[in-house]
Amino acid sequence: MKIVLKNVDIIHPEEKINLKGVSIILNDGIISKIGELTDQEIKDAKEFDFSGKILVPGLFDMHVHLREPGREDEETVISGCNSASAGGFTGVACMPNTEPCTDTAEIVKFIKEQANNHLVDVYPIAAASVGRKGEIISPMAELVEAGAVGFSDDGTVIKTSAVLRRAFEYANMYNTPIIEHCEDESLAEGAMNESVNSTLLGLPGLASVAEDIIVSRDILMAEYTDGRIHIAHISTRNSVNLVREAKKRGIKVTAEVTPHHFTLTDDSLKSYDTNFKMNPPLRTQADIDAILKGLKDGTIDCIASDHAPHSIEEKESEFQYAPNGIVGFETTVGLSFSELLHKNKLSLEELIKKLSVNPRKILNLPIPKFNPGEIANFTLLDPDLVWTVDISKFKSKSKNSPFDKRLLTGKSIAVVNKKKMFYDDQWIDLISD
Amino acid sequence: MALLSRHLLGLQGVPKEDIQNILDTAHTFREILERPIKKVPTLQGKTIVNLFYESSTRTRISFELAEKRLSADAINFSVSGSSVSKGETFKDTVKNIEAMKIDMVVVRHATAGAPTYLTKICDANVINAGDGTHEHPTQALLDMYSIRQKVGHLEGLKVCIVGDIAHSRVALSNIFGLKTMGAKVSVCGPSTMIPRDIQDLGVDVIYNIDEAIRENDVLNVLRIQLERKAREYFPSIREYAKYFGITQERLDKNGKEILILHPGPINRGVELSSEVADGSNQIILYQVTNGVAIRMAVLYLLGTLN
Repeated sequence: MKIVLKNVDIIHPEEKINLKGVSIILNDGIISKIGELTDQEIKDAKEFDFSGKILVPGLFDMHVHLREPGREDEETVISGCNSASAGGFTGVACMPNTEPCTDTAEIVKFIKEQANNHLVDVYPIAAASVGRKGEIISPMAELVEAGAVGFSDDGTVIKTSAVLRRAFEYANMYNTPIIEHCEDESLAEGAMNESVNSTLLGLPGLASVAEDIIVSRDILMAEYTDGRIHIAHISTRNSVNLVREAKKRGIKVTAEVTPHHFTLTDDSLKSYDTNFKMNPPLRTQADIDAILKGLKDGTIDCIASDHAPHSIEEKESEFQYAPNGIVGFETTVGLSFSELLHKNKLSLEELIKKLSVNPRKILNLPIPKFNPGEIANFTLLDPDLVWTVDISKFKSKSKNSPFDKRLLTGKSIAVVNKKKMFYDDQWIDLISD
Repeated sequence: MALLSRHLLGLQGVPKEDIQNILDTAHTFREILERPIKKVPTLQGKTIVNLFYESSTRTRISFELAEKRLSADAINFSVSGSSVSKGETFKDTVKNIEAMKIDMVVVRHATAGAPTYLTKICDANVINAGDGTHEHPTQALLDMYSIRQKVGHLEGLKVCIVGDIAHSRVALSNIFGLKTMGAKVSVCGPSTMIPRDIQDLGVDVIYNIDEAIRENDVLNVLRIQLERKAREYFPSIREYAKYFGITQERLDKNGKEILILHPGPINRGVELSSEVADGSNQIILYQVTNGVAIRMAVLYLLGTLN
């Protein structure tokens, strides 16, 4: 099948491509030409006019929970991929806190196989320790061979410095990053950020220093072992400063932030709405300011959703008993554009780097290219589309979002990958005729 | 006169007129409690459920008595442990009870915010009888009423809350209520038991009990929860009693009039020496009696609202 996308602006920060109002032809999902097209070239092609839309390398979310195997009632690999496509992502890296835990080659392969026929590329992140228990490092060689792209005990921290050291040293043989949920467990008994708000609400507080302590530990250990550390969902000002200093010293550290951590503060918790309960918890405006600075100066490399589906039954409970986390695939682009691009915190190119290029670099994955002959892997964005979040329309099986009814500016219009296209709520197979 | 809100979830943000109204109403009910026949038909036909998700003897009895004195139908529902461990969710339990056509719910829960959550899932008037380490508004109201009766006023009074502030729901309600009524509030206790940024609430922090006695007109002394996790926040009971316990010697050294409140139950020899607990400065049992009147006032004002 031949399709033509007309009048798009093409931006590829890595390839230094910045074209205005050009057209692109895909033949069976493969890029055949970009530029001015002749009538002859677009003959018999299905045409889409995308004036004013931006075409960028497919967005990538490197921190998501797909819940399969184990909690298929909350999400499956397929429903998660559907949600990712609707949100504008063509690739995701999923966390290992499944049931059973993703600590064997079989489970890594199982997860990948679920997504074989889906538009979205799924790359499992395997557990750093067996059972995520923090006692013995996972079979990393086998896991890498099966397709794991990173190691993490996400949901919890790698418990001891000794195991962390071995994880760095062993993963280093494969140049694979350790992705850390930074939280000192001995300080981690709270339900929200510790601040005057936790005092007012009477909720046990999670001290920001619990994150900072582990960020420090991990940076020092990465330095000592020459390992690669990726700080997941950074949320505190001190952590941002620690990562900045470490980068200056040449330590192999990278960091991600979630849209909710640059959008919301712990003021949002005043209604005890469990959709605002996540870990790390929502922090303060001073933390958001530090995060915005860190995004701008490159301290924070990428944006990741920490997509964490939870059933309605689990979230409909007393605040302290509710699980942590929110779904994020379908609001990440809207929040990033609204809060970062339209508020002049990041340029469009910077934003695309953080949503597409950098996460792939961190995970050693190839960055989609826009040359003729390449399999098309891109996202079409409308940066100015004003829309209202409606959780009932989410493709995700779960609806636990604090952003329902929020007005956002900027949205993904279509994604193309693996010879498939998702556009206008429809799946289009680009090979069929 | 009605209250501004359908519920009493806490004293944060409750206007002065409402607190005044509750205290004044309680005063009229206080009088009824002294009569030979202590019952009025005010809430006849109203059904009130005491939903206690955490064990409590005195608060539940106080509410139950208040309900009966007002001729309401009182139902007690007690669950030990969390709803989660029991199998049925809090929401389902509440929905079931609501389906039996009730008018008001008095709720005690181990977690902060549970009464707020309750207002979102049921239509009854909700009264918070203590939620986690958040608020316990009727306790603070009865404390304020007791102080007002003994001293004559609350405006300008210096009140210090002593003990484990961080794990107390009484402290926060007292701080909000007393400040609204114009009192000057401070807290005194070991630094590990003072919650983060409490100064932002406009209270002073004192670490020396003698200074607290010297500088204040009223001490509201909280129970040290010996049985809970709170025990990890100070080195030993002996050390607590030595540096923060209130003894007759400490009171005498200061020499001036001071009023001592305690929400009970007391740990004799820990936060209060026996001499003080039975002495002339304390009004502990007076508070208990006033508690019934305060709860009658709150039930009446909310129950006759709609």
